[in-house]
Order: sequence, then structure tokens, then C-alpha cells
Amino acid sequence: MIPLLAQDKASIAGPEPLLRVSDLRAGYEPGIPIVNGATITVAPSEIVVVLGPNGAGKSTLIKAIAGLVPIHSGSVHLDGEDITHLPAHLMVRRGLAFVPQTENVFTLMSVEDNLLVAGGILPAATKSARIEEVYGFFPDLARQRRLLAGRLSGGQRQMLAAARALMVSPKVLMLDEPSAGLSPKLVELVFSRLADIRREGVTIVLVEQNARAALAIADRAYVLVEGRNRYEGIARDLWDDPVVAELYLGGAHRGRPTADAP
Amino acid sequence: MPELFGSGLFDYATFFLTTALSYSIICLGLNLQWGQTGLFNVGVAGFVAIGAYTSAILTTPATSAHLGGYDLPIIVGWLGAMIIAGAVSGLVGWVTLRLRSDYLAITTFGIAVTLQLLALNAQPLTGGPFGIGFIPGAFESLTESPLLHNLANLAVVVAVVTILYVALERLVRSPWGRVLRAIREDEKAATSLGKSPSSYRLQAFVLGGAIMGLGGAVQAHFVGFISPDNYQSSLTFQVWTMLIIGGSGNNRGAIFGGVLIWAIWSASGMAISALFPPEEQARAAALQIVAIGIMLSLVLLMRPRGVFGERLAVSRHLD
Amino acid sequence: MNLQFIVDGILTGSIIGLGAIGVTLTYSILRFSNFAHGELISWGAYAALAISGILGWLVGGSGDAIGPLSFGWNLIIAGLIAMLFTGALALVLDLILFRHLRKANAITVVMASFGASMALRSLLEFIFTSQPTYFNRELQISMRLGLGIRVTPDQLALVGLTGFLVLAMHLLLTRTQTGRAMRAVSENPALSRVVGIDVEMIVRVTWILGGALACASGVMVGILVQIRPYMGFDLLLPLFAAAILGGIGSVPGALIGGLIVGLAEAGAVPLIGAQWRAAVAFLLLLGVLLIRPTGLFGRRE
Repeated sequence: MIPLLAQDKASIAGPEPLLRVSDLRAGYEPGIPIVNGATITVAPSEIVVVLGPNGAGKSTLIKAIAGLVPIHSGSVHLDGEDITHLPAHLMVRRGLAFVPQTENVFTLMSVEDNLLVAGGILPAATKSARIEEVYGFFPDLARQRRLLAGRLSGGQRQMLAAARALMVSPKVLMLDEPSAGLSPKLVELVFSRLADIRREGVTIVLVEQNARAALAIADRAYVLVEGRNRYEGIARDLWDDPVVAELYLGGAHRGRPTADAP
Repeated sequence: MPELFGSGLFDYATFFLTTALSYSIICLGLNLQWGQTGLFNVGVAGFVAIGAYTSAILTTPATSAHLGGYDLPIIVGWLGAMIIAGAVSGLVGWVTLRLRSDYLAITTFGIAVTLQLLALNAQPLTGGPFGIGFIPGAFESLTESPLLHNLANLAVVVAVVTILYVALERLVRSPWGRVLRAIREDEKAATSLGKSPSSYRLQAFVLGGAIMGLGGAVQAHFVGFISPDNYQSSLTFQVWTMLIIGGSGNNRGAIFGGVLIWAIWSASGMAISALFPPEEQARAAALQIVAIGIMLSLVLLMRPRGVFGERLAVSRHLD
Repeated sequence: MNLQFIVDGILTGSIIGLGAIGVTLTYSILRFSNFAHGELISWGAYAALAISGILGWLVGGSGDAIGPLSFGWNLIIAGLIAMLFTGALALVLDLILFRHLRKANAITVVMASFGASMALRSLLEFIFTSQPTYFNRELQISMRLGLGIRVTPDQLALVGLTGFLVLAMHLLLTRTQTGRAMRAVSENPALSRVVGIDVEMIVRVTWILGGALACASGVMVGILVQIRPYMGFDLLLPLFAAAILGGIGSVPGALIGGLIVGLAEAGAVPLIGAQWRAAVAFLLLLGVLLIRPTGLFGRRE
């Protein structure tokens, strides 16, 4: 497998987390915070998952970090820099890439154009080299590079959305419910891809409804309830905690998660 | 006393008010379409023209210059105006209301352009560029006394406006009006209650168009003469300005807007006649429109609800 | 049958097509029907007129015509400068008026564009009077092309120019980052931001391009017919008809729509008379809305 461009890990030495969200309050309406005091830290090359019941504000949290939902108070720091109020379109320049849950590819443009438009901030030579690297990582997409993205299957679209986000060699990749709408087999495929991506040095933050699949690859997990932190810890510990499992993780599972969870 | 009544000022005032209120009628029609229902009609002039020409054709004596000779009473002319204008509105609405609101705007614009073309070129029907004259006024027999003539006309227009205002206010508070408001606020909820939004919108559009036709007919009978020049896009522009500044969504705003903007228009028109030499007046008139256009833009930017209005209606068609 | 109408149709169609491209771009990226687009055409023509007059005064004489054409470098340079000017005018209109209203209510913007169009048109009337004027009053000799068709050198040159501009637009949209970004914004502005596209800048580019194309359209009308304040407004209905016929958002569609409208108008004139020309566009529009509202190449909404 052709490795992705190496991350500049030198800048991430020391205790400062790569992504630090502090006591965030955010929401579409000024007086109504949906995220109501969330604190998350993510270390380099970690996979962190944010879980919680419906309406807990997980999606809003990740969108707020990405600059799509107004932040009322609190802060977001990426690699030491304050990006709290940075306009959404500048996030990729700082190394933060986001994959929305729905409408995450341009269906009227070809696979190749989707990748090219995302690589817009790269200089031309880097862009062509990079697109070949990304194709290397997603050979299915390479075969279909001229196809209109709207013609791809659901799973392939998710791949394209992730590939698109990787075009800018992000430090942090955020995904909003990547398993949504996919069959169990596809979910397994998507999550194993994410594990591969992490092995290349990309830090990943996931919001997920499907706790089992997420905890299988995650290092740490947070549980968000009503817009604020409720539980956090090592993924394995969360999996084992019966109270947490029953209340928030669907309950119907037994045993420890493994890397190749069923 | 007789000096006051006989003075040119009083004459002018009644003339002014009659004309202004005839515009108010058109505004009330537009308010029903836009203010109450959120439909964007950019072809107001066309529907006004339909009303004016229909009424003229129905009520003028026979002549070789154009279709006519029915010599029907004025009230028939006015009813005919409403019916035909309403019918054309229905046709236009049926084609476009189910599409996005921009398309309604473009289609109504096209209707107005085409109707003006028709008025200009279908000479056997409309008298072509010469228009239609000798349209009977409401009180012909009183012409020896211009004062009473003017007052009578004013009385008629005031009566029409009052009747319309009362009827429309009733309509707004009626079950029909409530459904219309519900559709404007939350289309999905209204649909789930079994009300068909498109048919209600069509009804509002047709009724609004009919009222515009009535306004055109009233104007035609007041002035006595119409020609295609009267019904250009500047008329649509005037009426929209009247409604926006007066306050859309509000019938009082529609009436007030008509009078206010007509006052500004007339005053600036008089200023132009006084200040500019005759050969420059066409150019100065153009400047008048620029000024009104800027005024409209400023109102849209700073106080879109106008003087009397509530917040602007939103058409749910927009994606 | 006299085939001369084909020439007329292609020329009118080219003029309409260039304007319609601007309308369709504005619509797909900015999401509103800009009633002031016609005025960009008129202002473009008058700007070229004024600038070519200034250039002529600076250079002393209006310069020689190039070959068999009725215009020379003077007008070409004036036209290019006018395109920049009209692009800037479009941008200024957005900055002072449209952008503030975009946040409010989509219909308000259209209303403002209608009002702006009246003000712009009347301003032209005030500055230049409503008398028609021309770039050049000399008559051109037409050449035979066979099949009973005659064309003037101007007409051939301008059709060529249209082809060039449309090709340039197509290459811009398909091969450049800006073009891809424009297509992205027209499909999904929110996702565009996520992907790193500066949507505000794309909006500005769209206005400038639309204005420049409108100016080209206006200069063509000025060369082939005449210049008067209502020239753009009279094209508005055919512009919208062409854009909708071609499918809102599609640049090739806008050109093809323009050609169809132009040919239909030209073809109808011998049958129903020149005075009914404007009604043809309206009937085409009604037809499209009744049969296939998404147009030829438009996407399903």
C-alpha cells in the first residue's frame, strides 16, 4: 500500500492535545444551545468516538467544530491554534477535514472532479501526486474516476467522501455517523478503512450511533447526553460498563470488542 | 365658500385622490397575491390592462377603430373586467404555481410584455397604438359642472375602495383566510389537514388578479381614454413600490401606499415641469424613476415591512 | 423558402445565448432570477460606446476599421474595457443591494432586482436620452453564402466571437479550479465550504463573469442593430426563456436555448410579422413550463 504523506508529527510533541474542545456551547439559534458544555480532547493518531442517544447534540458538536454551527461560548484549539470562530472554508487549510453525514459528495460532478475540487488549496504538482496517492488507497474509486458521483452506491459514496477529505492530508479527520444507512458488511468495510487511515498517522474523531462498530476501532470514547459530557474513558472500559452499555449503547451485546468485530 | 370649492386646488385635490385611490385598488389586489399569499407577480400591468381593455370594449359605442359597440352599462364593463382578468390569472396561475416562485415571476413578466404587444398590434381588437377613447364616465350627465363630476367620480372610487377593503378584511379573518395564513406559515401542516395549498394559492391569485382588473377598469372610465403606453412595466413598478412602502400584508398599507407614492410621483412630476425646460422633461422624468427606484431599494434594505406592514410573507415554493 | 432567417436566427440566438449564460450562472450559484441582467447588457453597450469615444478623442479619430469589418481596434479595446466595467458594475450592485437582501427572503432579492433594473434603465435614459445611437453608421455590404443566404462580415465575426466565448466558458467550468468550485457551489454551497471553497469569492467571480458576458452581448447588439436604453430590457424575456429552456444551471443549455429562441423568433417573423416577435419567446417559455420545466439539460429539482 502506498503510504499517505507523512504527518508533521514534530509539532505535536508534548502534552498539548492535537484537538482540544473546551466547554463548548453551540446551536443554530442564539439563545438555545444544543451543545451545552462539551469538553473533548484528542491526542495525535488517536481514534476518538463521540456516542450518545439521539438528540444529544453529537452531530451539532462536530459541525460546530467544523465551523458550520455558531459557537456561543467555549473554545476549540487545533494543534495549539484557536480555531473557534474560524470560517468553515478555512478549516481544511489548518488541517481539519470534515465528512458530513448526508450530501457529502457532489453528485453532479465526477469522482475525479470531486477530488480535484477538494484539492484546490494544494499547488498543482502536489495535487496530482496526492490524487494518485488517494486513488492508491481507494482502488475502487480509481477505476470509476470518470463516473458521476451520483451514480456511486452508498458505500462507495462514503469512500469518496472520506477520500475527498484526505486530499488535503489533514491532521484531524472528523466524520459524522459514517455508518448511517449502510449494511453491516459495508459498515465493517468502512470502519476497517478508518483503522487503516489511522495507521497512516491521521487522527480521527467520529460521531456514531452504531456504538459497537465504533468502539471496536476507537481508542477512547465520550458519551454526550443533552449536550454535555456524561462519561468518558478507554473504549474497552466503556464497552464493559453495563450501566453505560444499557442506557446508551443499545445493551444487546456481550463480550469484548475485537478489532474485527462481527 | 364657493371660491374654495371652485378653486383649482380643490379640483386638483379631488382629481389627485381619485387617481391615487384607483391605484390603491390595484394595490389591494397585489396585496392579496403577495402580502397574504406570498406570490410574486411581476406582470401587474398586464392584468390591469386586461381589465381596462375589457371594460372599454364592452362599454364603448360602435366604431370601426376597434372591437366594440356593445354599449353595455358601466357596471357590466367592470364585472367583465374582473371576470376576464381573473380568468387569465387562473390560466397563468395553473401553469406556474406548482413550480418555483421565480418561474411565476418570469411568467407573469412575460404575460405583461405579451399583453402589451397584443394591445399595440391587434388593432381591430384594441385600437392598436391609438387606443380606445370615449370610454363613458360614471356621471356623464353632470359634465356641465366639472366640480360635481369630479366629486362624483371620487365618491365612486371611494365607495369601491371601501367595499373592497371591508370585503378583504372579512376574507382575511374568515376560515378561508385562516387556511391561507396557515399555508403561508407551515405548508406541511396545512397539507396534513387535508387542505390543498396549490388550490388555495390559485384562488388567491385569481381573486387578486380580478381586483387588479377592476382597478384598470375604474381608471379607464375615469380618464376616458386608454392606450398601450399606459400599461408598461413602469406601472408594475409603481404598484410594487406602493405596496412595499405602504406595507405589504396589510390592506391599510396597500391603500395608504397608493396615495403616498402617487403623491410623491405627482409632486416630483410637478417639480420637473417647473424646473426643467420642455425639451429636457423626458430626461428628467427618467430621473424621477431612478429616484423612486433608489427609494424602493432603501426601504427593502432598511425597513422591508414598510409603514404598516407585518413581516414579509415567505413563499414556501422556494427551495 | 427563404433561408435568410437562419442567419438572423443564429445571430439573435448568439446574442440571447450569451446573456442567458449569465442568467443561468447567476441563478444556479446565487439562486435568484436577476431581472437586472438586461440592464447589464444595455450598460455594457453604452459603456463600450463611451469608452470608444474617449479612446477616439485620445488617439485623434476613431481609428480604422479592420478589413471588411465595420469596427477596428478602437472598439475592440473599448469592448474589453467595457466588459471589465460591466463586471464591476454587477459586483457593485451585489455589494450594495443584493447581498444584504439574500439573507432576508429570496423573493425580496428578485423584487430588488426588478426595481434596480428600472432605476438603471432610467439612468441610461437620463444620461444618453432615449434616442437610438450606433457605434458606426456606415452600411455594410453583405456577401453571398449560397442557398440564398447573405451575411455581412460583422455578422460572421460576431458569431465567431460567440463561439469563442462559449468555448472559453466551457473550458473554465470543466478544466479550472475556479470552474469546478463554481459547479460545486451551484450544487451545494454548504458542502463547498466544508471542502475549503471560499463561497463568497465564487459569488463575486460569478457576478463579474455574468456582467462581462452581458456586455459582450450588448456590444454585439450595438454593432448589428442599434444602441438604446431599452435594448437589454427587451431581451429579458428571451433571456429567461432561453435559460429555462436550456435548463437552469447549464451553460451549454443556455446557449442552445438561446439559439432555439433566436431561430424560432427569426423563423416566425416571415409567418406572423415582425411586430409579434417578442411573443414567440413567451410562447416557448410557456411550452417549456408546461411540458418539461427542468428544460433540456437541467437537473431534476
